[in-house]
Amino acid sequence: MTTSIPPERLKAFYVQMARIRRAEEAIVALYPEQEIRCPTHLAIGQEAVAVGVCQALRDGDTVLSGHRCHAHYLAKGGSTRGMFAELYGKATGCCGGKGGSMHLASPETGMLGASAIVAGTVPMAVGAALAATLRASDDVSVAFFGDAAVEQGVMHESLAFAALRSLPVVFVCENNLYATLTPISQRQVSADIWPRAAAHGLAAVGVDGNDVVAVYEAGAAAVARARRGEGPTFIEAKTYRWREHVGPNFDTDVGSRTQAELDGWMARDPVASLARTLEARGILTATERASIDAVLEAEVADAVSFAKASPFPEPAMLRTDVD
Amino acid sequence: MRELKYREAIDEATRQAMAKDDRIFVLGVGVDDAKGIFGTTRGPALEFGGKRVLETPLSEATLTGVAIGAALRGLHPLLVHARNDFLMLTMDQLVNNAAKWRYMSGGTMRVPFTIRAIIGRGWGQAAQHSQSLQAMFAHVPGLQVVMPATPADAKGLLMTALTTETPVVCLEHRWLYERSGPVGEEPYYTPLGHAAVVHEGRDVTVAGLSLMVGEALEAAKALAAEGISLEVVDLRTARPLDSETVCASVVKTGRLVIADTGWRSFGVSAELAARVGEQCFGELRAPIGRVALPDVPTPASSALEKIYYPGPAEIAAAVRATLSGRGRGPAPETAPNAAARGKEFSGPF
Repeated sequence: MTTSIPPERLKAFYVQMARIRRAEEAIVALYPEQEIRCPTHLAIGQEAVAVGVCQALRDGDTVLSGHRCHAHYLAKGGSTRGMFAELYGKATGCCGGKGGSMHLASPETGMLGASAIVAGTVPMAVGAALAATLRASDDVSVAFFGDAAVEQGVMHESLAFAALRSLPVVFVCENNLYATLTPISQRQVSADIWPRAAAHGLAAVGVDGNDVVAVYEAGAAAVARARRGEGPTFIEAKTYRWREHVGPNFDTDVGSRTQAELDGWMARDPVASLARTLEARGILTATERASIDAVLEAEVADAVSFAKASPFPEPAMLRTDVD
Repeated sequence: MRELKYREAIDEATRQAMAKDDRIFVLGVGVDDAKGIFGTTRGPALEFGGKRVLETPLSEATLTGVAIGAALRGLHPLLVHARNDFLMLTMDQLVNNAAKWRYMSGGTMRVPFTIRAIIGRGWGQAAQHSQSLQAMFAHVPGLQVVMPATPADAKGLLMTALTTETPVVCLEHRWLYERSGPVGEEPYYTPLGHAAVVHEGRDVTVAGLSLMVGEALEAAKALAAEGISLEVVDLRTARPLDSETVCASVVKTGRLVIADTGWRSFGVSAELAARVGEQCFGELRAPIGRVALPDVPTPASSALEKIYYPGPAEIAAAVRATLSGRGRGPAPETAPNAAARGKEFSGPF
């Protein structure tokens, strides 16, 4: 770990990652109650990517995401209450209960939403970058997507168009090695994705997606390039999804991946490893960490209570926000 | 009033809208080439330059997503396609994103986004350059579909689309591009979802869209000689679909023929017939007639093209059938259209 990152920012990494972890572990615990009545795609194990990139952004910058969007929503500053109320289908949700887990949005923080079609928002992120260019703004746009997104045509069209017009967009590929149950080796010709992105004529780099500092440094460099008008960057962050593709369970019993593989990645828990590093460097003591954890625990408990107590949307809401 | 060609009206609408609203920019394949989509984007390109009229790679799906993203960030993109067939490449972005972003976000975001696309026809353009796909877009909540039949509406409906905060698909018929008509010089805005009675009559209502409005007016002339009085309604937009104006006309005439540029099954004619059945069944004195494309792809051969497209003769036959109370009339043995139409369309495409 480099020392150029101020301690306060390193602490912020921890708070953000721990919030996402705490919120998603709460979903794991609550899901069997069947009050969260929408498919949830958990990012437990992948928190460093969302946080490392979003920490490199400022107000005015935007992100777009896919079906596994909780981490991006929270990392970009979305309200915890708004997220849980959305998962519970309540009128107080960030999308009024009309979007659900796969379409979280908080435009006021720059989270412009998520598509449940793989790679669906990648061109939209390019469009947000084009808008910045046309408005002569130096805002930066980020697209978050998974490894399977590079199997879609619009991914390559988007990379080519962004490179052609030198747009201020950062493409962030969370390569978690699986599409549902199918390993990347059955879907792609090579294990590294970023060299294929580079072929479209943009800067591309691979990083350890479980190391939030490495992700942040790559993200900050990409964001700075974009802000300077030097064009797009593709970041491949290799990481690992602990839970099943959709839902709260582990899926090592179905035969697509081994317990040993999962154990290996859990030993590289991005949240715990950051905490250890910060403690070793005297940036975050165990006591401070416990106090942060307690605050986050209370924040999530409050969000759950808020969501459960909130009203469902009125029937009239069915027909609003269309034409 | 001053007359403009349909394509000139589109050019003028685009330039006037861009002058009034600097959020509007044009993008698409060929919008900034030497011909500029049959001249319709050439004027905007010359007047506003490459920062507001953007030539693009042939990546229709991504361009649609790019437009949506730009719309979410405060701009109003106008994406132009030389054929509406190319919109099939964009259906994920159009249907899953553009049409739904506002709803999925609980109304916290909007997608002001206008798409223009051209319906081709004739000279053997065949199955992938001659489709009229309004039903595919009109089916989707969150999309509006406009289909101007006149130069005046080509301007007024496009001006309205470019001030609408939701996605609008404007389908223009290539055969209308060179037709002239009165067009107001100042900016004006024709509301979406308001059909117009363009020819008053008493015996049978013909409700049509786009090119079929003119075909219905020709049929009206021919039938007048037989003492049959047609009322012609220009629907102007496929969604919203103004069935109320059609029903008001049916109250007067008691008979309805629907003339669509698209296929017969599951299209605008089916939807309008269903609504008229729901809303004013008691006013109908005969089964509703439909004039639309047969349910097959467009053939290339001129011999087959001639029998593929219905025109004034088929409309007249359907009208006579509703008057005889038999519903659908017999198909004509020959294609009187081709002879009546004079010089055949032969491009440019």
